[in-house]
Amino acid sequence: MLIKRPNDIPASEITPQSVYLRRRELLRAAMAGVGAAVGGAALLSAPAARAGAPIADVRPSRFSTDETPTERELITSYNNFYELGTDKGDPKRNAAQLQTRPWQVVVEGACEAPGVIGIEDILRDFPQEERIYRLRCVEAWAMVVPWVGFPLAALLKRFKPTSQAKYVAFETLYDPKMLPGQRRRVLDWPYREGLRMDEAMHPLTMLATGLYGELLPSQNGAPLRLVVPWKYGFKSIKSIVRITFTEDEPPATWNRMQPNEYGFYANVNPDVDHPRWSQKSHRMIGEGLFARKRPTLKFNGYGEQVAALYAGMDLAKFY
Amino acid sequence: MAATRPRVDWLVPTLKPVLFAACLLPLLLLVWRLVDGTIGPNPVEVITHDTGDWALRLLLATLAVTPLRRLTGWRWLVRLRRMLGLFAFCYAMLHFTTYLWLDQFFDWQAILADIAKRPYITVGFAALLLMLPLAVTSTKGWQRRLGARWKQLHRLVYAIGVLAVLHYLWLVKADLLEPAIYAGVLAALLAARMPCGDWWRRCCRRRLVGAGRQDVSAVR
Repeated sequence: MLIKRPNDIPASEITPQSVYLRRRELLRAAMAGVGAAVGGAALLSAPAARAGAPIADVRPSRFSTDETPTERELITSYNNFYELGTDKGDPKRNAAQLQTRPWQVVVEGACEAPGVIGIEDILRDFPQEERIYRLRCVEAWAMVVPWVGFPLAALLKRFKPTSQAKYVAFETLYDPKMLPGQRRRVLDWPYREGLRMDEAMHPLTMLATGLYGELLPSQNGAPLRLVVPWKYGFKSIKSIVRITFTEDEPPATWNRMQPNEYGFYANVNPDVDHPRWSQKSHRMIGEGLFARKRPTLKFNGYGEQVAALYAGMDLAKFY
Repeated sequence: MAATRPRVDWLVPTLKPVLFAACLLPLLLLVWRLVDGTIGPNPVEVITHDTGDWALRLLLATLAVTPLRRLTGWRWLVRLRRMLGLFAFCYAMLHFTTYLWLDQFFDWQAILADIAKRPYITVGFAALLLMLPLAVTSTKGWQRRLGARWKQLHRLVYAIGVLAVLHYLWLVKADLLEPAIYAGVLAALLAARMPCGDWWRRCCRRRLVGAGRQDVSAVR
């Protein structure tokens, strides 16, 4: 049966990719001009901290999917970021309250060179790539997001994890002044997540600093968030201020709150239902009212790259 | 009793179309948001939540009629109750249809599995099923035909209220505030019907007597 999809998003609202790419080039060229005049150091600190400022020298990545990215407007207005409110539209509404400069990330635990790194240093030191990844939320909806960022492994290696580092723990900023959602104890703040070391070092695992070529908007987890494309979205912790190498499995917020509903691994898996809903299919955001759901793939379609990480594990048990 | 009749004769016929329009407003608003594109990134989710919210709100409004009537002595409120109940049923049907059609696309196997496996869907479905006979027998004819049993049958609305609130409570991920508010309102409305809820009835009767009203029996 042919189901005609209504064109509920006027074509006029969609920014053609070519236009947005060209604009970035223009801005980059303009900045290079400024840089030449003012000097290299000034150039490096020049990009405004403002969300939506372009990120310079973003390279394409071979890990990108060729699927069409979800519209920027949708990616930035439909967010699960309870720190900025529990309604999907709240994070965008409250985004301005989260100031992301200055921003520092503490890296500590089982490593030889613990320390602190600022967001500007992160943007300068690690070559930024665009990676178009599928994002599958545990709530059975999905998007395709053109992230900008770099492999998490690159950052972790700099702090020289020791052999005791079996896991990596992440923590979101706790600051009820800037994160109004934290004024009520909806979750056990601060939000925490964790990965096994081999998951953290996997080339697909990235730290995102932007999307659509621009610095992350606050509602998407500015200024630095994790992206693990084969796991449900809640693993990809936002607005990170602390990274800790640990020997034991670190606590993860949703897992601690509802262990029967949210596992530590949280790998996308159509064969393991959430107790309250099926994970067999998902809705693509932006496809309109009458679009059918799509079948969910194991590991969100990244099985070829990551299935080996879980060889011999019963994924129905370690969900 | 007879004394109060002429005083409010114009009231209910005037209020009925107003209430009808008011009950229709959430639906019209939803359709408008859909048409002008302000419904947001996930229209199916908004339609599902909105129709569910209004079904529950109107159900609670229906349950509020009797306590409100006792509190105020406005007997004519009862004559608006059927419309509230039927609108609650309409929104519940829209809610269910959205699930069947836009969420599941009539995948009956998946739907039956959901109803059997997911407690929040089980109770929601049960609430809808129980509403069905109440909607059918809401007419004057059925009221007459069933006589005393009509009232017994329509006590099902208490169970429906409990199931509907459970349906909401069990589907929420973390923030229980909103379903808890509905649960609180429902608890208050049910408590007002308990024998122990009599104290405020007596209290308000005393007030009315104090105010010199003679038709206190009408307050019952």
